[in-house]
Amino acid sequence: METLIQQLINGLVIGSVYALIALGYTMVYGILGLINFAHGDVLMVGALTALQTMMFLMGVAPGMSPVYMLTIALMVAIPVCITLGFLMERLAYRRLRNAPRLAPLITAIGMSFLLQTVAMILWGRNYHTFPQLISTTPMQPIEGVFITPVQVIIIAASAAIMIGLSLLVTRTRIGRAMRATAENHRVASLMGVDTNAVIAFTFVVGAALAAVAGVMYASNYGIAHYGMGFMPGLKAFTAAVLGGIGNLGGAMLGGIMLGLVESFGAGYIEHLTFGFLNSSYQDIFAFIILGLVLIFKPTGLLGERVSDRA
Amino acid sequence: MHTNPSSPLLQLQNLQISYGGIQAVKGIDLDLWAGELVCLIGANGAGKTTTLNAIAGVLPIAGGSILYQGDKVNAVPAHKRLRRGVALVPEGRGIFTRLTVEENLRMGAYTRKDKAGIEADLERVYTMLPRVKERLHQVAGTLSGGEQQMVAIGRALLSRPRLLLLDEPSMGLAPLVVEKIFEVVQSVARDGVTILLVEQNANLALEFAQRGYVMESGKITLTGSGGDLLANPKVREAYLGEVA
Repeated sequence: METLIQQLINGLVIGSVYALIALGYTMVYGILGLINFAHGDVLMVGALTALQTMMFLMGVAPGMSPVYMLTIALMVAIPVCITLGFLMERLAYRRLRNAPRLAPLITAIGMSFLLQTVAMILWGRNYHTFPQLISTTPMQPIEGVFITPVQVIIIAASAAIMIGLSLLVTRTRIGRAMRATAENHRVASLMGVDTNAVIAFTFVVGAALAAVAGVMYASNYGIAHYGMGFMPGLKAFTAAVLGGIGNLGGAMLGGIMLGLVESFGAGYIEHLTFGFLNSSYQDIFAFIILGLVLIFKPTGLLGERVSDRA
Repeated sequence: MHTNPSSPLLQLQNLQISYGGIQAVKGIDLDLWAGELVCLIGANGAGKTTTLNAIAGVLPIAGGSILYQGDKVNAVPAHKRLRRGVALVPEGRGIFTRLTVEENLRMGAYTRKDKAGIEADLERVYTMLPRVKERLHQVAGTLSGGEQQMVAIGRALLSRPRLLLLDEPSMGLAPLVVEKIFEVVQSVARDGVTILLVEQNANLALEFAQRGYVMESGKITLTGSGGDLLANPKVREAYLGEVA
């Protein structure tokens, strides 16, 4: 029983992070039909920028409270990622807006390599210890079940961000313009929507979410390095496909579900395979899911679309 | 922005438009004066839709010019033309099927900041289109073709256009629905909105329009008052299905 609840908590934590990243994938896909494979690397840039900021702050103001330090680190990482997201769209993807679909896809993969390489040059090839500013001392709400303050904050902050994003998309003028542009660029422009600005805005929001997710991810594992964005990026892409790519609710659901599957899978894989595989094979689950979804329900869980009648 | 009453609201001068090497519009001239209801008729593929799209700014032009309120707007992007009063109800209606009916209508008022005015205009649209009001919170993709057309027209009106471009509002609709839509178009025209109407249903269009232009393979071949064109044997033969 304790193990079950423990896996549930672990799954929610990592699932929340996947969900935040998946939202960035799905928003960009919704509006441009582009899988931005460099999205995971924006997460990495966010984490490493935050790391750099914290190192700097520890040098100049060693007595600073950890909460302030983390806040400042986020306030640096978010604008850096926003700028990065904006530039990616402006300099690369926008030029390929009318190109065959393969061209932007390959460009996105190239962008991913580019970001990783630049990060490797800037931060080296080593794993860096990511300062765990929020206590990672586990609390024991139930006998035998552990949760750290970092994990509590990750779940709470993710939930708040997802609610905020949902309100932005469903209730505001810019949100309406995003949905209109996602459905039809040309008609949206006929409504007076500057669709280029809306697309840029979408990239920027996705990048900001990735920055936050990067800091969460690194805080949870206590590690950061130039290649750290690859795996969560791929997992979040899987989550977006699982939920139904292009659908915001789907990305959230898919992220959480994937986190849970992975966590339970890692917890029980040894039993399931009679000791043949251990928990270090947990990555296997995401890709089994990706394969199954693509074969049996390519539209994903919530990917049903209203038919365009008449 | 200025309005010069001694010049047309819209003027096309030797307008040329090409698609991937094929010239779809081969140098046309057209004048539209403030307050007029003018139709552009012609067979499928004559270049009518292409012309409207170019006027609205969603299609680049290859030559000539588009003058709106006396200013050359050739290079002005679509979203800025809307701000200056040019609204297009596109071919096939262009409804946002995943947005609700109300959200679709509000998209029409996207550039406006006058909240009270928007609410008042929404009410006017509801009075004009009672069918629409019953379905405000429904996703627009679930509407019938006629209802979608009404939403598309209502949405365009919410931008308070000076020039309304209508691309085949009767397409695919039952005669009774078409009648209803043309009643709406007429009442919009009476409110002083200048209208350029593209129609395949030439009979109907010429009946309502003050003037008409006939377009054939990218060129304007005839022009005159609605009545004259209706009486013209060439028009009757080519577009009204009569044998001369």
